[in-house]
Order: sequence, then C-alpha cells, then structure tokens
Amino acid sequence: MTIAEKQQEIVAEFALFDDWMQRYEYMIELGKSLPLISAEYKNDDHIIKGCQSKVWVHATLNDDKIAFTADSDAIITKGIIAILIRVFSNQHPKEILTSETGFIDEIGLKEHLSPTRANGLVSMIKQLKMYALAYQTQLS
Amino acid sequence: MFKTPLDVSGIRDDFPILKRQVNGQDLVYLDNAATSQTPLPVIDAISDYYKHTNANIHRGVHALSQEATDQFEQARQKIQLHFNAAHAHEIILTSGTTHAINLVASGFTSLVEKGDELIVSALEHHANIVPWQMLCERTGAKLLVIPMTENGTLDMEAYKQLLSSRTKVVFVNHVSNALGIINPIESIISQAHAVGAAVLIDGAQATPHMVPDVQALDVEFYTTSAHKICGPTGIGMLYGKEEWLRKLPPYQGGGEMIDQVTFEKTTYADLPHKFEAGTPNIAGGVGFGAAIDYMQGIGFDAIAAHENDLLQHATEKLKHIEGLHIYGDVAHKVAVISFNIAGIHPYDIGTLLDKMGIAVRTGHHCCQPIMDYYQIPGTIRASFAFYNTHEEVERFVAGVEKAVDMLR
Repeated sequence: MTIAEKQQEIVAEFALFDDWMQRYEYMIELGKSLPLISAEYKNDDHIIKGCQSKVWVHATLNDDKIAFTADSDAIITKGIIAILIRVFSNQHPKEILTSETGFIDEIGLKEHLSPTRANGLVSMIKQLKMYALAYQTQLS
Repeated sequence: MFKTPLDVSGIRDDFPILKRQVNGQDLVYLDNAATSQTPLPVIDAISDYYKHTNANIHRGVHALSQEATDQFEQARQKIQLHFNAAHAHEIILTSGTTHAINLVASGFTSLVEKGDELIVSALEHHANIVPWQMLCERTGAKLLVIPMTENGTLDMEAYKQLLSSRTKVVFVNHVSNALGIINPIESIISQAHAVGAAVLIDGAQATPHMVPDVQALDVEFYTTSAHKICGPTGIGMLYGKEEWLRKLPPYQGGGEMIDQVTFEKTTYADLPHKFEAGTPNIAGGVGFGAAIDYMQGIGFDAIAAHENDLLQHATEKLKHIEGLHIYGDVAHKVAVISFNIAGIHPYDIGTLLDKMGIAVRTGHHCCQPIMDYYQIPGTIRASFAFYNTHEEVERFVAGVEKAVDMLR
C-alpha cells in the first residue's frame, strides 16, 4: 500500500465516528498497537524535543524500506505517533520525504498540527522525515 | 454548604470571554494562575485611552500629551496606594515580573562580588532563578537553595542555616505558582534583615488573591504583573525602597531615563524615570490602574472567601478520584490545585479536558526543580479566580473523571 492509500484508509476509519470522544478513544486504541522501540534505543539520543510528553523514535532500513518503532509516556501521544508510523513504516525513504500530511486535518486532529502545540506533532513528522533523509542519502 | 457574598453571576457579565465556547462547549477557564481574564472596565480604559488620549508622555506641551501623562502617573499612584508604598516614585512600571526581576538582578552586578551568597527557594518560577544565576556568572557569587519538603512547604530550619554575613540577597515567591502554597515571607524577610541581606519577593501569584503591604512587610523589592490581576499583558511593577532604587544603576539606557546627555557625559533622570527608558506601555499602565480599581471594587476579602470556597469544594471532590494525588495540599494556600493521577500522564488529562472546553495547565509550570523533587514530568494545575463558579468546579471534576475513564 502506498502512503496515500494508507492515509485514505485511516481517514475512512475515523469517518465512522460521530464525535471527538470516539475519535480519541480509537486513537488510544491505536496507541496500543504501536510497534514499540526496543529498550536499548529508549534514551536521550532518540527523544523528540518539543513535546510535553516524552516521545522516542527509532528507524531501521530493511532492504530499501524504513521500519519505525517508537514509544511515549503519554497515551494520546502514543496514539498520534502510532498513526504516523502506520502511514510511514515500510516505505521507501523517497516516498516518505515527498509525502503530504494533510490527512491529519481530515481525521479531526487539526489542533495538533499547530507548530506551537505542546505535543509536537510537527516535531514528530519532522523527525520521521529526518530519518528518511538520512537513509535516502545512504541509499543514493 | 458553600455560601458566597459575591454576586458571581453579575461579575461574570463583566467578562465577555467567559461567555464563549471552546470545542462546542461552554468555556470553563481554570488557568487563572497563568493569566487572568480581562473585565470590560479594563478593556474600556485601554480602548478609551487609544480613542481619546493617545500621545507620548512626559515631554509634550500639547494637551493630549499632558492628559496621557496624567493618566499614566495616576495609574502609578493607584498602584502605590494599593500596595501601600511610601512614595509613587518607588513604583517602577516594567513589562512584567520577569522584567522587574531582571532589572534588580542586573543592578546587583556592582553590589555583589566573589564570595558573596544569594539565597533562592526551591519553589521558584524560572523567572526568579535564571536572572540570579546570570548574576552569579557575572560576579562569581554563589547561589544557595532553600530546600522544599514533601508537602511542598519550605524547609525554614535549613533557611536559617543558609543565612550568614555573606548573604547579600534573598529572593522568594510570595505564593508558589506550581503548588499555590503561601510562603512565610514575613519570617523570611526578617531573618534576612538580621544578617543584613536585601529581599526580593516575586508576588505574581499572590497579588490576585491578597493585598501585600510593602511597608508592613519592610521588603526591599516586590514585583508583580498586571495580567495576573485582571489587567493587560506587557505591564507590571517593581516596588523598591527608595534607598535601594537609588543604589541600583539604570538597567537600560535611552530616552525618558536621562537628565542631560552630551557625548562626554550623561546624567540620569530621578526616580522612577531612571528605570523607565523609552516610551513605556502607556495604555498598559492605564489598564493596570483600571484593573486595581476593578479588583478593589469587588473587594479582596470577598475574593479570598469565594476562592477559598471553590478550592475546598474542588479539593474535596477530586480526592474521591482513585489514585489522585494533590501536591502541596496544605492549609495555607491560594486557590490552586496541582495534581496527578497514578499511571496517567498529565498531558493526556489536559488534552481531553480541553476537548470538553475546560482550560487547565499541564506541564512543569516553569518550575522544573519542583518536578525534579517529586520525580514527575509535570502536573495538572487548576487555578481558580473569583469569577469561577461552583458549577464550573462540578464540570471540571466530572471532566477529570471522564478523562480518567477514557485513559484507564
């Protein structure tokens, strides 16, 4: 599945809910399916700055695709990073770098997109793309 | 059960913002310790100033300039009388508490030297730590810390031990912004004086709830920000004893603060203008004065009584939530509740409350040393004002319960 297809899939899932409570409950559920970062990477080198809660992300390159793992000490943040990883994991670095993230708006999480927002969704996307950039350089 | 002498419903009509909705629900604003809301008389005072009076102050001979000067200086007098300073020129209008503390800490550069000691409390806002650390870096003076205890109060026995003839300045907040605890500043000040040290009290969190008398306190410096007491942002005050304000050199150079300027030598203006370089926040000053009028009109005794009712009500209700822990749960505090719920990150609670239209603060509240002491990433802080209601307390507690249900 392409990044755009995965995004559409998530948008369709969120469209089933009528109110914010159901959306947040689903996000909390998604957080539980997050591919967890292994303990050895859960350190300050892998922390994303700019979040009120702690978020750790790690990436590995398998063949020419990136696999992300992550964790957070806050449940909602875990849900947000889980959504991002579902979209970006097992994709080619180039695809990640050129992808749009407008779907965040469509699933009703627009308020998390503000660059000053304490949860740092913007910082998370930036960090995932930084990994993609690093591996892209390595591949070319 | 909860009797109140305040006409809260009438008071709320003065605050248009309290009628708005957030995320489709009526706003419940419980982040008053960060900034209080602004009543119509203050908004009108600022608006009227720009509509009818706006001009630069202190030097113009024309009518607008003189009216603007009068209004700005009247505001200074209101502040003087409110805090019972001996003279209006002991009130320096700053951009806020942070500016005021920086002004004093910077001024002490020429008054302290290597080997001198400065004493800070463990409960301070970063604004009352960092400017003094910078002073220590410039001078080689040493920063000592009054430790806190498990219940959030200061260890006064340890304070006694820290004081010595080397102590030059002690700086402590009147009320802790993270926990709401009222510190025993009378005792802190008198003990500092006994060893010849000056004292600065950061009153940003105290002045919304009580009226400090700077002469009775006999304190050298007292600061606050107007936006904590229903005034506008960008304006605050530094009270300083005249003899101390004369000892400190000017903080910034520029217009307004000079007497004579030549390229050979400049002489400085007298107090308070020596510390007010450049065009001040004139409209802000006018708004600050209007805010004091407004708060006095309601009455601080009535404010304190109603806020205390809200605090007791909320504290009692919250304690029924399983795993909820209140930090600084002592009797001598203002209407601030800082808490966590076992196994849940404060950020998650804050985010869900926001979706319910309830505004609280989450995080370290610019007090990382306190969070380090408790070994927590932060707390959820609900801070109440006189315009909050018991219905809002109920909605807040119900909101926390709902959030906990979703997160557990």
